[in-house]
Amino acid sequence: MELLLARIQFAATTIFHFFFVPLSIGLAIMIALMETLYVVKKDEMYKRMAKFWGKFFLINFAVGIVTGIIQEFQFGMNWSDYSRFVGDVFGPPLAIEALLAFFLESTFIGIWIFGWDKLPKKIHMLCMWLVAIGTSISALWILAANSFMQNPVGYEIVNGRAQMTSIVEVLSNPKLWVAYPHTLAASLTTASFLIIGISAYSYLRKKDIEFFKRSFAIALIFGLVASVGTAFTGHSQSKFLVQYQPMKMAAAEGLWEDSGDPAPWKVVAGIDTTNKENTFAIEVPYLLSVLSYGKLEGSLIGMNTLQEQYVQQFGDGNYIPPVKTTFWSFRVMVASGFLMMLLSFIGLILHWKNKLPTSRRLLKLLIPAIFLPYIANTSGWIMSEIGRQPWVVYGLMTTEAGISPNVTAGQILFSLIAFSLIYTLLAIAMVYLFVRVAKQGPNVAIEEDTSATDPFNTGRVVG
Amino acid sequence: MTLSELWFVLICVLFVGFVFLEGFDFGVGMGTRFLAKNELERRILINTIGPHWDANEVWLLTAGGAMFAAFPHWYATVFSGFYLPFVVLLLALIARGVAFEYRSKHPSDQWKAIWDWSIFLGSLLPPFLLGVLFANFIQGLPVDADMNMRAGFFDIVNVYTVSGGIAFLLLSYMHGLLFIQLKTGDDLRSRAQNQALKLFFVTGIAVVLFVGLTAIFTDAFNTRGWLLIPMYALAIVFYLALYPLLKQKREGLSFTFSGIILLLVTSSFFVALFPNAVISTIDPAYNITIYEAASGAYSLKLMTIIAGVWCRSFLDIRYGAIIFSEKG
Repeated sequence: MELLLARIQFAATTIFHFFFVPLSIGLAIMIALMETLYVVKKDEMYKRMAKFWGKFFLINFAVGIVTGIIQEFQFGMNWSDYSRFVGDVFGPPLAIEALLAFFLESTFIGIWIFGWDKLPKKIHMLCMWLVAIGTSISALWILAANSFMQNPVGYEIVNGRAQMTSIVEVLSNPKLWVAYPHTLAASLTTASFLIIGISAYSYLRKKDIEFFKRSFAIALIFGLVASVGTAFTGHSQSKFLVQYQPMKMAAAEGLWEDSGDPAPWKVVAGIDTTNKENTFAIEVPYLLSVLSYGKLEGSLIGMNTLQEQYVQQFGDGNYIPPVKTTFWSFRVMVASGFLMMLLSFIGLILHWKNKLPTSRRLLKLLIPAIFLPYIANTSGWIMSEIGRQPWVVYGLMTTEAGISPNVTAGQILFSLIAFSLIYTLLAIAMVYLFVRVAKQGPNVAIEEDTSATDPFNTGRVVG
Repeated sequence: MTLSELWFVLICVLFVGFVFLEGFDFGVGMGTRFLAKNELERRILINTIGPHWDANEVWLLTAGGAMFAAFPHWYATVFSGFYLPFVVLLLALIARGVAFEYRSKHPSDQWKAIWDWSIFLGSLLPPFLLGVLFANFIQGLPVDADMNMRAGFFDIVNVYTVSGGIAFLLLSYMHGLLFIQLKTGDDLRSRAQNQALKLFFVTGIAVVLFVGLTAIFTDAFNTRGWLLIPMYALAIVFYLALYPLLKQKREGLSFTFSGIILLLVTSSFFVALFPNAVISTIDPAYNITIYEAASGAYSLKLMTIIAGVWCRSFLDIRYGAIIFSEKG
């Protein structure tokens, strides 16, 4: 019971936190780019764009920061035996992230907000780039920690604890270097689709067309390039899985027995976890070989074979992750990804042909498409983390062994309810503000409150 | 000094930095109800800390991260052992953090009222909880042979720990009032000064009571009295010196003094604890020393190098940037 509740809580808080992270990373880069265009081209329009999209960034950033606080503390709170076991390797990246990146972000975003009229343009632009670099470095350290859970490297076991032997190995973990580009590309996609969706909404309302035209074009280009980039980096992830985490790959493909050569890819399948077989499957020949090896040949090992191998290696136990979740979350992610590529491609063509303002059906589709990257990001992480089960650190520690033995089910239930409640309220407040800013558009007084909130007036203001 | 000892000191420094900086943030947050009379005054108060709260809170995050990385057993025992207090602390910090950012984003009064209450409660609870937790540290925790702590309600909340919470709460509020008189003008400033004077004796008694109870309920003075007695004596001297400074309205100096008092009280917890990270009330043999709790030599060395590089470059950047924008 404790295990189940602790896992639900970790999943819920982490998924919620990761709603905000990719948007912060992607939007910071795009805003920095807009401001750079402003500085280079000296066109006021780009300044207005940076300011307008900056509002969304700030609303989103605040929730991202506070939900990150829970992330850092709940390893110790709910997973104390895990923390004892990996703290030596897992703790430093987290601490470094707090130290380097957090300071970089929180310092320069403050200066960026209040510095529009006070700083030279180039310095102000530099601040946003530093925020963008800060958020991207944050992601690198966190993924370095996560990559250790997926593929532990650079450690030795001393007194039953993993101790770091090489930070170079931890940072050159092959898992990190397939996961990091994938995350960055997905983040840019997320930011692009927010801008695309809100621009489409304004096109439909026929408001500020001139303003949104440029945002739309930039976001469509970024959306297409980044979603294609996400697919390519995702492909390198699957090649990694075949080599390092074959069980996750087999589960994601619903592959019970070893595949033939060449291996077909299942579009859909009826997965029967009790009899360990599929009741039916619709397959595309060759495709799994292509996804796994990048060529038209090669076979994959199935879950049943791997299970036997692992029993011999690690002792009795069930080493097959929840297959249905792994299989379907992978397909949801891929489907959302392809839909995003398609939508941004069509959007871009219509934009070049100058037909976008009249393509009302597409515009209407692009608004709910804001959610597509969120669906893809979430299902991608679900696949990655569920597919790693029963391990919390692959091959070294099971999830069950990582839990806090002294925290009761009642306590976790309380925190789960409390966190869910406050997160729901935060989500409502945030969406409400997003909609409000989108409805107001770029022409509403941008300097809403800054005269009164300007810290450099030492608070002696009246207003 | 070994690296374990160095990191124990660094974590102490991080907590002291957090208490010093976020201490007045919390105090100002409390002032939004106890001092401010209307929406305008609340806004002025919040503006004095609004832009810095996140940078100040990073001290706590870094302290938590450093505990995880440098002393995994300490981190694991304490965070799982104080599960519910940490849940409440997190809820308070989350509500408060978002409130600073969201409060001014919508003009309606109701919207502002929600976030104002978040700021008030989010500033009131954490210093009290932290005081209770710090007092728990030196009182000792029911930690068993497996380093796990199973504490009942009255293990955590008792006369002694509550006195720690109250002392910490009042000191933070005093610190906040002295920050307000430094940063605001006119009526608000003089009211903050008056309130600080009114609270002077109550706060002083709370601190002395806490120190007295420490002598009764804990081993701290037996094991490290030679260092704790001069520290507390110094704190009391600074506290007494605060009174004439308040009377004379020496704003900068009185704020500095209250900061020094907080610094002394917070570091006294770590002095009392050393060389233990956790003191067990079940059996002294179950005490977790910092050497037992520490990470391997490689990790500690790595973190030391990174912290060193960071101190040189990033602190320069941060404070350089603040100074730059204040001039700009």
